[in-house]
Amino acid sequence: MFNLIWLIPVFPLLAFALIILVTRDDKRLSTYLAWGGIGLSWVISWGVVVQAAFASEHLGEHPYQLPLFTIPTGSSGLTMGFMVDPLTAAMLFMVPFVCLMIFIYSKGYMGLDTPQVDPRYSRFFAYISLFACGMLGLVLSDNLLTLFIFWEVMGLCSYLLIGFWFEKKYADPNRITPKQAGLKAFLTTRVGDVIMLLGLLYLYVQTGSLTFPEIFSEHSLEGLAHATVTLPLLGTMPVATAIALLIFGGAVGKSAQFPLHVWLPDAMEGPTPVSALIHAATMVSAGVYLVARCFPLFSAVEHGPQLVVVAIIGTFTAFMASTIAIAQDDIKRVLAYSTISQLGYMFAALGIGGYVAAVFHLLTHAFFKALLFLGSGSVIHGVEHGHHAVAHHGHGHDAHGTHHDDHAEEMQAEFDANDMKNMGGLRHKMPRTFVAFMAGTLALAGIIPFAGFWSKDEILAHAWEEATLVWVFLTLGAFLTAFYMGRQIFLVFFGRARTEAAEHAHESPGSMTWPLLILAFFAVVLGFIGTPWAHVLHKFIGHAYPEGHFQPIVAAISLSLAALGLLLGYFVYGRRPLAQGQPDPLEATLGPVWTVLRNKYYVDELYQATIIRFAVWLSQVFYKFDDLWFVDPIVDGVGKLGRELSLFLRRAIDDPIVDGAVNGVGQLADWGGRYLRLIQTGRMQEYLLFGMTVLLMLLGLYLYL
Amino acid sequence: MISIPLSWYLVVAAGLFCIGLYGVLSRRNAINVLMSIELMLNAVNINLVAFWRYGMLAGLSGMVFAIFVITLAAAEAAIGLALIIAIYRSRDTVIVEEVDMLKW
Repeated sequence: MFNLIWLIPVFPLLAFALIILVTRDDKRLSTYLAWGGIGLSWVISWGVVVQAAFASEHLGEHPYQLPLFTIPTGSSGLTMGFMVDPLTAAMLFMVPFVCLMIFIYSKGYMGLDTPQVDPRYSRFFAYISLFACGMLGLVLSDNLLTLFIFWEVMGLCSYLLIGFWFEKKYADPNRITPKQAGLKAFLTTRVGDVIMLLGLLYLYVQTGSLTFPEIFSEHSLEGLAHATVTLPLLGTMPVATAIALLIFGGAVGKSAQFPLHVWLPDAMEGPTPVSALIHAATMVSAGVYLVARCFPLFSAVEHGPQLVVVAIIGTFTAFMASTIAIAQDDIKRVLAYSTISQLGYMFAALGIGGYVAAVFHLLTHAFFKALLFLGSGSVIHGVEHGHHAVAHHGHGHDAHGTHHDDHAEEMQAEFDANDMKNMGGLRHKMPRTFVAFMAGTLALAGIIPFAGFWSKDEILAHAWEEATLVWVFLTLGAFLTAFYMGRQIFLVFFGRARTEAAEHAHESPGSMTWPLLILAFFAVVLGFIGTPWAHVLHKFIGHAYPEGHFQPIVAAISLSLAALGLLLGYFVYGRRPLAQGQPDPLEATLGPVWTVLRNKYYVDELYQATIIRFAVWLSQVFYKFDDLWFVDPIVDGVGKLGRELSLFLRRAIDDPIVDGAVNGVGQLADWGGRYLRLIQTGRMQEYLLFGMTVLLMLLGLYLYL
Repeated sequence: MISIPLSWYLVVAAGLFCIGLYGVLSRRNAINVLMSIELMLNAVNINLVAFWRYGMLAGLSGMVFAIFVITLAAAEAAIGLALIIAIYRSRDTVIVEEVDMLKW
């Protein structure tokens, strides 16, 4: 089975190509093509996982390598290809399956069998197929170069998919449009990518290779750890540290850690399957995967700053994002900040040495976060349909005695189906979505025996042992996580419907709810691969690392705080459910803190005022330099000079001299003829006179010379 | 009896030739031009006979040459006069200046 791994990214790529080139107009066929592509990848991937788990010995020390092509570099070459080692197998378990669930869900979400089907439906499936190819290629890569290439493919798809509804415009100028959000995502991750590329280049220069087995060999790591480099502000550090920090820069961008986290919440402007696929399950976890993959590099220097930096940024992000999430009204933005926060947990785990814990959390998070996003999409879908139903048949359902004009006004103003303030009481209208969403919430909050409990607890146990400060903030973050999820559950599913749209919401079709339920199953069950008593995952991928110890006290604290958070959510939002138009009770409690949290600590505004203004100013300067003052004037000047020179040469040389000579010869002949013909008078005596004169002259010449 | 030097005869002949040449170039009447041509021919004859008489060339060549020249002169005079009469009949003039059709 291992020799088929090259097919894993190829099938979705083929699907992408075929949809774009051939089946664009046939929506149904495009759907099946996309499903086929990812489905085949999934089958082969799970085959690989089974073989890796049960039929391979020492896959960690001797990973299976499949060389694909060689780039000639002088006398030798860089051989690139695919590889399977336990980490890859773990990723292959998660990625194609979650992608498949999302692909199935997308058919219902994009409305294939309804009159509101998206006009660019086929293109959507093409893009997500390309994206799947990118992610699968990334996890299979055996070298940093192809990893980077697939990384960039995903960045491109992220831009295309976030801005999928690029024509959407909002009345409120402060609200970011999908087109702007797509650009923001691409450019922000680009910043990280450039830093990462520097790291890659430096690594290549130092070691002459980018292939994982080669750069992580003992010899290479020792060399990198001993060589030092001196940087102007940062002092002298081992090369390994510098490279690790640069590569981490890429992860910061891609996994939306502080300070490059600003793109992920605004990326919610894209369709919900995109949010689930790219910003929950796969692309953002590519950053974590990268650091996990390069973990030998990060641990090459004992007590070096690189892991500390990772841990600090991870912990800070985890805590910061969870505080922002409690003050957001948009259902997807709560989940977006939750994603940022959970990714922070993973990086914190990596930073303190909990390799297995981080990967474990990555896997479980992918499942329950995708579940939550798809669930939120189902909710939004239902509410939107309810909104349509009211807008079209408003007069029929006018049971409250209110005027038609009120309805018309509500419809004229933009109805935000994402706003949790417009929901309420949906557990009766959308029971299957509710069940699945509850499973996801309990998993995320970390309630036993759901998956999130086991993975998060392992991280917290590591933190308790290694770095108490990290443990404090992560635990506080866990409390806030439970609280904002509780808030979300009670605002959306409990209480009474706050708008007509929520009143008329209905359950989503089976193609959307079945993937939810399947993912919910995993959200419940997946944790059991990593229980402290039978840590299957650790045996599989973490043989090189010490096993963590189960700390009952940590588990107890985190469980009780999670339960407390959910309970607090109930007390604030569940006991006295919010009525329509009632402000958030937390707003009154927290006051100015609430405003700061709601505005995301004003980070976006800070960037706008400083970096973006600077970039715009710089571009203006370059514009002036390029088009107004220097480059264009010089180029135009040279052109004008050439023209003037040619004109001058024509007037000075060509016309008088050359033409003059040519014309002059003609003039001479003309003049000569005009006057010489006068000799021919027809009078014989004059002829004779001439003759005699010449004769005399000749005679004289003859006699005297 | 060779007491007059040869050069006197040659000078006389040259003088006559030049007078004849001047006459050809400047006389208006065609018959006058013919007469001047005759004068030039006679000058040539004097030259020829003088050189024969003073023994510059052996044999009878000089004398015979002179007789040829006289014959030619006579023939040419006859033809010349015929030409003049033909021109007079068509152009009604004998002034050479006026016979200038072969011009630009």
